[in-house]
Amino acid sequence: MVSIVVVSHSKRAAEGIRDVAQEMGGDATILPVGGDPDGGIGTTAPAIEEGIREASDGSGVLVIADLGSAVMNAEIAVEAVEGEIEATIADAPILEGTLNAAVSAAQPDASLSEVLERAEEARELRKL
Amino acid sequence: MSESNEQTEVVLAVLQAIADRIEAEKKHLTDLDSAIGDADHGANMHRGFQEALEQVEGMDDEEPATVVKNIGTALISEVGGAAGPLYGGSIMSASQELEEGITPETSIAFAEAYLDKLQDRGDARVGDKTMVDALVPAVHTYKKSIESDELPPLTALSKAVDAAERGVDFTVGLRASKGRASYLGWRSVGHQDPGATSTLFMLEEILDVAADHLEGEIDRDARSPTIPDEEPEDA
Repeated sequence: MVSIVVVSHSKRAAEGIRDVAQEMGGDATILPVGGDPDGGIGTTAPAIEEGIREASDGSGVLVIADLGSAVMNAEIAVEAVEGEIEATIADAPILEGTLNAAVSAAQPDASLSEVLERAEEARELRKL
Repeated sequence: MSESNEQTEVVLAVLQAIADRIEAEKKHLTDLDSAIGDADHGANMHRGFQEALEQVEGMDDEEPATVVKNIGTALISEVGGAAGPLYGGSIMSASQELEEGITPETSIAFAEAYLDKLQDRGDARVGDKTMVDALVPAVHTYKKSIESDELPPLTALSKAVDAAERGVDFTVGLRASKGRASYLGWRSVGHQDPGATSTLFMLEEILDVAADHLEGEIDRDARSPTIPDEEPEDA
């Protein structure tokens, strides 16, 4: 089953997004990562890499990040697991993208590219 | 002592000088970042360079490229924010250009590889109000001063630092279009970019240490030459 790693500058935001998405995501693995090494607001590449390794069951990992540096650190983490774990970054809003990805990943036969596509469809979601 | 050990000694001296400078400027960098960012640049850089010092302890006998790579890895792990992947990732990636040792040619290759990786990762161009605004003029000036003007590396480096300083000044009047400052829109105008500033500090420390080891004039007040006599190769 494709796993999802949620990367936010705030650990609590990542956990909260996981909680919201998990309600719709059944058995999908959604792993929150966030915070800088001092426990403040920020992200680091090694923490994201660890999250990808922990979340992976061999079927691929989708990473969804919040702002600029979280995306850069996610890129370094994805490069670090290259050749070992199939991981990719979704270009999607973090909460809606994670929710969409979780619904898709809950289907056991969903591929990483299908989950990625569903996550990125969240860019088009209108609220009003 | 072998040549590569001497070069490693210089790399370690540069790291120590930068770590000391960042420590001294920690509050200054954080103040700059408070105005237009998330107020963590000083603390993040300080944490990263302290970690880098620990990482390279006892590496006196390693090749210079290995030490530089380890500095990059330490910065990626500990700096956080955008500066971690930008400084750390670019240093790590460019370190392979130093595998044959540090020469004028490999130092240009390092500078260009660093700039390429930085722009690839951060997707910033000159004028976006980022560290790129200090780095691009520094790298171009360094390359041109050595390849076309045939200046000694120390003089080339001093001109590069001078170019970087003018790049830092240039960021003040710009509206940010990359990084956290871009969220502020017009409010970012009138403030100096913290990343460009820390880039300048690092270049100044490299120059300072290089001055103890290389021959050549330091020419920091010079205005950059206007039109090059000839194009550097692959420019």
